[in-house]
Amino acid sequence: MNLTNTFSIALKAILLNKKRSFLTMLGVIIGVGSVVLLTSLGTGLQSYIQDQFASLGTNVLFVTPGDPFGGSQESAVIESTKPTLKEAQYREILRKNRNLFVGGVTTAVNTAEAKYSNTTKKVLLYGVTPSYEKVTNSHTEKGQWFDEADESKGKRVVVLGSKVAEELLGKVDPINKRILLNSQTYTVVGVLEAKGGGFGGPSFDNYIYLPFNTIMNNFNTQVIDSFIFEVKERDQIAEAKRAIEAVLLEDLKEDEFTVFDQAELLKTINNVLGVLTAGLGGISAISLVVGGIGILNIMLVSVSERTREIGLRKALGATPNVILLQFLIEAALLSVIGGMIGVLIAFLGTVAIQSFFPARILPESIVIAFGVSTAIGVIFGAAPARNAARLSPIEALRSE
Amino acid sequence: MLLALKNVSKIYKLGEQEIRALNEVTINVDEGEFVAVMGPSGSGKSTFLQVASLLSSTEKGDIFLKGRNVTKYSEVELAHLRNREIGFIFQQFNLLARTSALENVALPMVYAGVGAAERRARAAAMLEKVGLLDRLGNTPAQLSGGQQQRVAIARALVNEPAIIFADEPTGNLDSKSGEDIKNLLKELHQEGKTIVMVTHEAEIAQIAKRIILFHDGELIYDEKFGYNKSLKSQKTIEYVDMLKKKRKPPRLIFGKVTGK
Repeated sequence: MNLTNTFSIALKAILLNKKRSFLTMLGVIIGVGSVVLLTSLGTGLQSYIQDQFASLGTNVLFVTPGDPFGGSQESAVIESTKPTLKEAQYREILRKNRNLFVGGVTTAVNTAEAKYSNTTKKVLLYGVTPSYEKVTNSHTEKGQWFDEADESKGKRVVVLGSKVAEELLGKVDPINKRILLNSQTYTVVGVLEAKGGGFGGPSFDNYIYLPFNTIMNNFNTQVIDSFIFEVKERDQIAEAKRAIEAVLLEDLKEDEFTVFDQAELLKTINNVLGVLTAGLGGISAISLVVGGIGILNIMLVSVSERTREIGLRKALGATPNVILLQFLIEAALLSVIGGMIGVLIAFLGTVAIQSFFPARILPESIVIAFGVSTAIGVIFGAAPARNAARLSPIEALRSE
Repeated sequence: MLLALKNVSKIYKLGEQEIRALNEVTINVDEGEFVAVMGPSGSGKSTFLQVASLLSSTEKGDIFLKGRNVTKYSEVELAHLRNREIGFIFQQFNLLARTSALENVALPMVYAGVGAAERRARAAAMLEKVGLLDRLGNTPAQLSGGQQQRVAIARALVNEPAIIFADEPTGNLDSKSGEDIKNLLKELHQEGKTIVMVTHEAEIAQIAKRIILFHDGELIYDEKFGYNKSLKSQKTIEYVDMLKKKRKPPRLIFGKVTGK
């Protein structure tokens, strides 16, 4: 008596009662389907956010005045209007830590009225040093970024965010077009790829980017908005953070600036989403238990209905273990087939909603779904299978 | 000696009361014998069959099969023994529903670990032997009672058991089919198969070469040895006489045993 035979006996019993088998599976189908679907929504959302962060560069530290994440909104606004950060500090940080940083950016923001042809528009200006492209993975779709020469000369060149370009110039190719910013003429040298995001602030696609020196000199900008440092290796982040703080604390108080790490922020968001996903999965897991009880119920019925068959099998030489295995496999098969259908439904559901939600099925969740449904079949099939194995052949054969 | 029961008792407890379904039964069955087990209902003949065919345990006494004392065998060992050494023919046929004749016959080989191809070949050969080669794929519902019992007989034979136990094999059949099964059993006996058959019909018992008689759980008469003296009663004598009258000549070994 080998396993293959027991398997085919169990499978046959399921196929002989197709309708009942399907109804029994239904609980597991719904359970597995909803667990897999909900986790795919959760993980999809998580990886979407991760991608958004990755698009801003990975090994990156931001330095901003004040505390944008803690404290009151008011104090954050007040701090951001004060000239807390100085270019000298930026240079000092880089000079002292050549082993830690690949490069850095200083940024400043301002607003202006942009005009092209007959279109006028209030725009956000973002002054950045040229390494901004590399540090934050902001690449141009057309044209190119301004370079160090443009920066040092404070040239009147701009790179447009994709949305601004569209709103201001429409279908016109922006490269080498001249636009007016507060009545000064600027030449468009590049347009960025659409990027979205912006830490809850305006989208990066809505900015007009210009050399840092240009924004400081031509727009009477006093305040440095942030420093961005690119760290060589991911595991140097903590060290780099301490190095930055050491320099800044020489002339600033601890609460006048914040050094933050994207990874840290990401971790917090991931934690929240993880708990949410687990919670949703847990709730839908209840339906898995209900599905298991369905299997228990049907297997009990099945055993008592087939008492005579069990008696015959035992008379003809089936040992108690063989009978036990037969019914266990039957329960497990019911559950696993249900699980498969559930996974399939979840897969189709995920594909269906992918056009408007970043859902994603993880291979792990499929493996886990199979494991769990097998376990449910075995656990809830155990009691009925044991009943069957314990039947005395004589009593069983005599039953009606 | 193929099968031997020595002072075997089957005792049920109903509260305080002890019921001896079998009481100190001793019997030997040699290879090639065809034994009919008779007796009124409640006489213990079915219990005897269950105990002798190792379906049911015994509380007292010893059972020997092929010279081995199997009384204390575990449930698993008994299952193996039933699988390889014992063939069963039931009154109710006990075929698996919605399962083909071929698969029904192959079932004991599944538990014996025979490979699928060999199972099919041997089951088909056995069905041919019982005259059902054209019914291999039929399920029990598509077979007549007589055909179903022939499938069951093929199943009983397929593992080439040492001994075949039949429990009222014609009890559920019309007389025509009953006659067929009777002839089939006769043939098997002529081939040298050992058969122990329970029946309450004297007519059917005639095909056996040796009749044993149960009453109140005791073996009161054995055609081979005659009356169990302590149990001989007027009623027994009348019953045996009735049976003897039905016996066709030659009258077997009665004369010798009873002293005639």
